[in-house]
Amino acid sequence: MSIEIRNVTKRFGEHTAVDGVSLLVESGSLTALLGPSGSGKSTLLRLVAGLETPDAGEIVLSGELATSLAPQQRNVGFVFQHYAAFKHMTVHDNVAFGLKIRKRPKAEIAARVEELLTLVGLQAYGRRYPAQLSGGQRQRMALARALAPEPKVLLLDEPFGALDARVRAELRDWLRRLHDEVHVTTVFVTHDQEEAMEVADRVAVLNEGRLEQVGSPLELYDTPSSEFVMRFVGDAHRLADRLVRPHDIALAREPYGSSVEVEVERIRVLGADARVDLVDGEGERLVARIPREELEQLGLERGEIVWAAPAAERVFAG
Amino acid sequence: MIVVLPIAALVWESKRDGAHTFRQVVSSPEAVAALKLTLGAAAVVALLNALFGTVIAWVLVRDDFRGKTLVNAVIDLPFALPTIVAGLTLLALYGPQSPVGLNVAFTRTAIVLALCFVTLPFVVRTVQPVLHELDREMEEAARSLGASELVVFARIVLPNILPGILSGVALTLARAVGEIGAVVLISGNLPYKTEVSSVFVMNRIESGDSAGAAAVAVVLLVVSFALLLAIGGLRFLVTRHERA
Amino acid sequence: MRRYAPRVVALGYLTGILLAPLAMVFWRTFDHGVSPFWHALTNGETLHAFQVTLLLTVIAVPLNTVFGVVVGLAIVRHRFPGKGLLNAFIDLPLALSPVVVGLALFLLYGRTGWFGSWLTRHGVQMLFAWPAMALATIFVSVPFVAREVIPTLRELGDEQEQAAVTLGASAWQTFRRITLPSIRWAVVYGVVLTTARCLGEFGAVAIVSGRIVGRTETATLRVQDAYENFDSTGAYTVGLVLAAIAVVVLVVMTLTKPKEQTA
Repeated sequence: MSIEIRNVTKRFGEHTAVDGVSLLVESGSLTALLGPSGSGKSTLLRLVAGLETPDAGEIVLSGELATSLAPQQRNVGFVFQHYAAFKHMTVHDNVAFGLKIRKRPKAEIAARVEELLTLVGLQAYGRRYPAQLSGGQRQRMALARALAPEPKVLLLDEPFGALDARVRAELRDWLRRLHDEVHVTTVFVTHDQEEAMEVADRVAVLNEGRLEQVGSPLELYDTPSSEFVMRFVGDAHRLADRLVRPHDIALAREPYGSSVEVEVERIRVLGADARVDLVDGEGERLVARIPREELEQLGLERGEIVWAAPAAERVFAG
Repeated sequence: MIVVLPIAALVWESKRDGAHTFRQVVSSPEAVAALKLTLGAAAVVALLNALFGTVIAWVLVRDDFRGKTLVNAVIDLPFALPTIVAGLTLLALYGPQSPVGLNVAFTRTAIVLALCFVTLPFVVRTVQPVLHELDREMEEAARSLGASELVVFARIVLPNILPGILSGVALTLARAVGEIGAVVLISGNLPYKTEVSSVFVMNRIESGDSAGAAAVAVVLLVVSFALLLAIGGLRFLVTRHERA
Repeated sequence: MRRYAPRVVALGYLTGILLAPLAMVFWRTFDHGVSPFWHALTNGETLHAFQVTLLLTVIAVPLNTVFGVVVGLAIVRHRFPGKGLLNAFIDLPLALSPVVVGLALFLLYGRTGWFGSWLTRHGVQMLFAWPAMALATIFVSVPFVAREVIPTLRELGDEQEQAAVTLGASAWQTFRRITLPSIRWAVVYGVVLTTARCLGEFGAVAIVSGRIVGRTETATLRVQDAYENFDSTGAYTVGLVLAAIAVVVLVVMTLTKPKEQTA
């Protein structure tokens, strides 16, 4: 099912959370809504789900106008950051809930719940209560619950935000593989650019309620449409009048081209790369990443003066 | 010490004239009628309170309107007002010379009314914090899964505020079974008709039959105790899911 | 329309059960004019009844306040055998009928009672005099200060006190300068509740006092007495004064209420 967001605006009192955003999400894709806190990404997701109503604009699901439909009628699965587990029901009953609402026959419910619990790896936990599960397990249960009634769209609001780093990484990969298997149109919200880049097919970057850019992770990295996007999707530093990525800074012992004089503050070797912290003439700090061999070739040391310039074309001018 | 000794004395005294007298007094028609009335009224009030108390708590937590803070404060009035005055106020409005023509003095309705007054805050105050803490996202999740508003309330909200309701009901029952001040004026204390157990005990004392009074008092104590245990047990069952 | 239904039901119930009756008391008091009201207010029996109520309150409140704070501290900060039992017993007066309390005291301190016989021989009269009434009032109002202090102390934790001790404060200094100020509002709220309870006590006091008009009648007993003797103005007058005090108490309660209890 495709999702079309047409020029949607949402205000909360004086504050405009979503400001005239238009976005098309293709059927079967895995899209990330990426942005800092307060960028409106969660609000946008909730607007798609029907948990909020827009002040202006339309939400179109599979070609049909859905703006005035209640969440009950949209057939979207929603996963919350803090799981929203039905704590008074067992894992089994949680997952079965959507099916029971639709009055499916008992046998069908039992089979489907079994299928989903196995899919998320919780088949042994059916009779436990959410309070007895870990955070990661609860989130997997929430996913199974959202998927049970075969929604046309799966929406996840910072689904791994409440989990610790290792669990987050595992579930990230797992979500990607799940999507590959199940092929439901999926949209998830995150403020973690690494997560968005790793998992999604397409990333929409939001800032202060507006859509900055949408594209594949590579497009965003290589051709950012604004300084904001460049800074948000990966590291970027000012070098002279441009914004450059650490890997795109070339260092030399003699001035060349448009190079700038910098002092080496600190050198750290990290595996195959080296991170070189530099300070320019005006006290501005920047970071360059160069291969280890290059570091050894240059023979850099702390306190030395070298010359830095953007190496490739992947810069943002201005 | 101030607390334990009098109770011990009570139980002792009730045994003084022997088990036979105990049973005689306790099973006398008047005592039985009073007990039935007391328990019956308490049950009705507990139900009314569970219902209206929850509605009031809901309105105080989820709704917003001018004067809400005032309404919230007013709920505590029965805690601040002497019970006899409570009975008096109900008499003023619902007794003889009632300006709205509703006279329920000397009826069982009056007893229920008086008990509702004094126990009003209990369920409201035990449900409020639970409702306030409730994870709203659970309700949103239920909606996104297709549940209608009614189902959301019945299957999601209600089960989670049930422990609060039960606590309030326990307090209501304990209070209703022993209440005297609010009831004594408006009920008329007609034996077999509108005499509650607490009034019965008081009458027995005033006619010098302190053993008889003690006997019924002990029964009341046991009943209260049993009620509290039962509710406590129910609460335990209902919160099973919280214990890992 | 559906949105307003709960609100209407809630407010309607409250008005019917609480507010309208309360308003009626004002009405009824002045049913026969201001002069009978004034007469009822200032006659000997009424004044004496208020005096008795005041005396009992002034005895019970400070005692229970000190008790509440001490017991609260003991329960939260110390371990001792029987702690759980003590905690349960504090709540006991809340679950007991006042009539049961009165009867128990009556049995203990009556002439043939456990203590009563000993006391009578020594010329001390408990029953039908203020000592028994004071005991009754103390008993029924025991829980309130403790029940406010205990959760507050639990929530605060004892780190501040530990800090004070490492800085050289003695136990008393720590208590006075650190503990007491931090539970100040809980104690105030508890005192307000205790006072309200003392003012409103009826059942237990009714039994142990003998209701001797002009001697052992409290304000609440006076209301019943007046009403049953067809002095409705008298009853409503005292009732009005008590209600007015209750409203003031309610205001103070609302202002000092600990935060976690409001929605």
